Amino acid sequence: MKTTGKVTGIIANLVTVEVDGPVAQNEICFIDLDGVELMAEVIKVNGNKASVQVFESTRGLQIGDKVEFQGYMLEVTLGPGLLSSNFDGLQNNLATMEGVFLKRGEYTKALDEEKLWDFKPIAKAGDQVVAADWLGEVKEGWLPHKIMVPFNFKGTYTVKNVVAAGQYNITDTIATLTNAEGEEVKVTMMQKWPVKVAVGGYVEKPRPFKVMETGVRCIDTLNPIAEGGTGFIPGPFGCGKTVLQHALAEQADADIIIMAACGERANEVVEIFTEFPELKDKHTGRSLMERTIIICNTSNMPVAAREASVYTAMTLGEYYRAMGMKVLLLADSTSRWAQALREMSNRLEELPGQDGFPVDLSAIISNFYARAGYVKLNNGQSGSITFIGTVSPAGGNLKEPVTESTKKAARCFYGLSQNRADKKRYPAVDPVDSYSKYLEYPEIIEYLDSKIEKGWVDKVTKTKYIIRRGKDAYEQINILGDDGVPMSYHEQYWKSELVDFVILQQDAFDDIDGSTPLERQKFMLDLVLEICDRSFKFDNFEECTTYFKGLINICRQMNYSEYKSEQFEKYLGQLKEELKHE
Amino acid sequence: MSEKAFQRIYTKLTAITKATVTLEAQGVANDELALVAGRLAQVVKIKDNAVTLQVFGGTEDIPTNAEVTFFGEPPSLNVSDELAGRFFNAYGEPIDGGPAVEGEKRQIGGPSVNPFKRRQPSQLIPTGIAGIDLNNTLVSGQKIPFFADPDQPYNQVMSMVALRADVDKIILGGMGLSNDDYLFFKNQFESAGALHKIISFVNTTDQPPVERLLIPDMALTAAEYFAVDKNEKVLVLLTDMTLYADALSIVSNRMDQIPSKDSMPGSLYSDLAKIYEKAVQLPDGGSITIIAVTTLNDGDITHAIPDNTGYITEGQLFLRADPDSGKVIVDPFRSLSRLKQLVQNKKTREDHSAVMNTSVRLYADAANAKTKLENGFDLSDYDLRCLDYAKEYATRLLAIDVNISIEEMLDTGWELFGKYFTKAETGLKEKLIEKYWKEKA
Repeated sequence: MKTTGKVTGIIANLVTVEVDGPVAQNEICFIDLDGVELMAEVIKVNGNKASVQVFESTRGLQIGDKVEFQGYMLEVTLGPGLLSSNFDGLQNNLATMEGVFLKRGEYTKALDEEKLWDFKPIAKAGDQVVAADWLGEVKEGWLPHKIMVPFNFKGTYTVKNVVAAGQYNITDTIATLTNAEGEEVKVTMMQKWPVKVAVGGYVEKPRPFKVMETGVRCIDTLNPIAEGGTGFIPGPFGCGKTVLQHALAEQADADIIIMAACGERANEVVEIFTEFPELKDKHTGRSLMERTIIICNTSNMPVAAREASVYTAMTLGEYYRAMGMKVLLLADSTSRWAQALREMSNRLEELPGQDGFPVDLSAIISNFYARAGYVKLNNGQSGSITFIGTVSPAGGNLKEPVTESTKKAARCFYGLSQNRADKKRYPAVDPVDSYSKYLEYPEIIEYLDSKIEKGWVDKVTKTKYIIRRGKDAYEQINILGDDGVPMSYHEQYWKSELVDFVILQQDAFDDIDGSTPLERQKFMLDLVLEICDRSFKFDNFEECTTYFKGLINICRQMNYSEYKSEQFEKYLGQLKEELKHE
Repeated sequence: MSEKAFQRIYTKLTAITKATVTLEAQGVANDELALVAGRLAQVVKIKDNAVTLQVFGGTEDIPTNAEVTFFGEPPSLNVSDELAGRFFNAYGEPIDGGPAVEGEKRQIGGPSVNPFKRRQPSQLIPTGIAGIDLNNTLVSGQKIPFFADPDQPYNQVMSMVALRADVDKIILGGMGLSNDDYLFFKNQFESAGALHKIISFVNTTDQPPVERLLIPDMALTAAEYFAVDKNEKVLVLLTDMTLYADALSIVSNRMDQIPSKDSMPGSLYSDLAKIYEKAVQLPDGGSITIIAVTTLNDGDITHAIPDNTGYITEGQLFLRADPDSGKVIVDPFRSLSRLKQLVQNKKTREDHSAVMNTSVRLYADAANAKTKLENGFDLSDYDLRCLDYAKEYATRLLAIDVNISIEEMLDTGWELFGKYFTKAETGLKEKLIEKYWKEKA
């Protein structure tokens, strides 16, 4: 028997319900509003009163309206057909909804239950299996989508049978398993999982040891992110968070990209589903949309579903990771999710923490980041979720709870600077404040030694040193004046400008400059470092300025040219000529 | 909005604050309207039988035995083509002496457009102002505010932009407009002969602040009628959103909610997003573009209102007085149109984005030179050229009194590059230099 209840209080999307039976924390219920079912989640229980956050507008709701509790938590449906889809935060398929406007209480199925998939068995009768083991495979577009033992199966099962290769839909039984007690359970291609619980099903989670190539120079060259690593991008509005995220989504060397638009602009989502089908994945040549899943809870959609959207995205990521896929999860912006938590905490009249955020904010954020990672699967294969979230600090001030909590949880920090954005130096990632903890990992250093060249990380460290010294020199020049400092200060400053203009700055909207493969990044860094290693003799600072501006100009023309093309070589020749008369 | 016959009248208020009243009542729905002592009010909280209402007209003079009647429905607006050319108050009642509008009754603050049903904005909205067209190109379906100190002529610029824009309807949502500004808008629209395509919802400073909360939803409900039902291009002007947010904080304060930054309610982001996200490009050609005004306190964009706004809107146009040229300019550093790349070089000339970036970068160099000058250092030849360039750039391109075509803006840009700089100093792509470079005359 399901627990039922009736509404006794309403403030915006927080509703109190008097219940007649047991309810669980985070249990899902439906509130009946004149025949429209509004989905809600229990967030607090006190005596026989449950406080629920409603995932829809509560307009028109009345005291006494009926509520029915469902006995399960907020969950998603996992199975073939997720790829290339556009879901809302509750995994409703936005493409199959009717009408221009979203209707309250309209829930659509995440997956097409009629569609037939070409199934091929992997496991065979007699095999011993546990949760997340692969039973079979279907082709989801290009992707060998594994059909797994459902994640919620506990203990070891024996495969009684797996159906023969053929066409099945996701509700057909494809295998029968027997548990230790001899009971038979049927498995379909579809399973459900509660989003707030991390999916297990792997043997171990080793430290990340590979670098994920993104094509963005200020990340790959200076502060690389590891495959299975975590990073975050805080920045005031207008500093290019979104452009940077889109660049990552387009170029990163991942099998699957999951983008959670969490409380952000709808037009940004429109941009993705308009442009991605047209753009090519540089690694495979396939359309970008074929590797993308969009979870979209835009800022005007119900607040409570914002929180759900990031968890939904993570759960889908974990599902594909269990198939051995390399997943990149992007969430824009985790601040909106934190704000949704704040709104609810406020309505619950909880004692507020800093800036009105709930006191457990930090724990919630680090728990979430901990779900990313590189894992070894039961069958010896591996999969990963690399997670990069953006943070929108209030007033651009990084000393605020969401940024601070995230800093504790994420290993890479790509801080966007208002100052750089004002000067149109994009991507505005601050080269001095930003860091990647992975550069300290011996595993990563070793990986880069073999992948790029021996001693690569030393070069990176050196580059950072040039930037820092340039900053110091710049400050001195500003205090003492152009003529008040030794010539060497000007040289120092202009060397860092060379690094800035040629390596750090990158035109995301340019076809060639927008994405730089690692090999080319190495070439350009070597070139720039070679110039920086030289010592020059200038008579006056204006000569120094003009000379370096000339070098920068040639290097930028190189950045805009096809790598190793005739044009590229022409500029390289010009540069060498220029360097002769130093 | 009229009362219905045979409805229950309550006469016992249990609590009164400056913005809300509370009473015991049954069968009340969330968000529905009521009349409290003749003033319009809306249900904002229900706890058991205690219903809290936000009274739009303020609660001054309301006694505990005031008559309260419930309407059984949330605020609504009658929509039809008759809206065109009319002026209304915050409740959607005519204030121009004309008859009430006949039409379909629509609840205001309705649902959101399914993001998947949106289309990518792609139509340029030319304004003639280079600070906008050249550096921060507007696109239909965009939402963008002017950030300006109260002494800047933002309402004038906004009306100018509106009247130059090629749109089917202009809807003005005035919140806390001074009576003078209200009459200014009215005059501008009349003298431009554009009244027939303008609809205004106005709350002036002499009216209660909480009433303002209805204005954006009223304006956008009308906008959705024309954009969705009639496939028209609609431009919505909202001024001043700072005063709207102030009204939000008054209500949340009276409801004992814990304030977040700058004593704004914790839900400020969602509250503002609900309004701005109504901007949309629809699949059948209709669109809603929102141009708003957010007044700043001494240029401070870190205050919660401009800060949250900036995260929601697709850029901002920052107005400031430029002491060097003596003009009001659209600040190229602090302004941004996030949708500009959807039209630049595509709907405009191929050199558009390059000219824009280079001129702004050179303007930044001028700003550095100016700092050097102020600190008493000698200026180099390049610095001096930058300063001269900056003055001419501000006067001929950034000033809001410029009214030229985008082609002319680009030509002016090249003219200035050639006049003050060498090719290498501009760092422009050689392909473009070959085609457009203008030697100093």
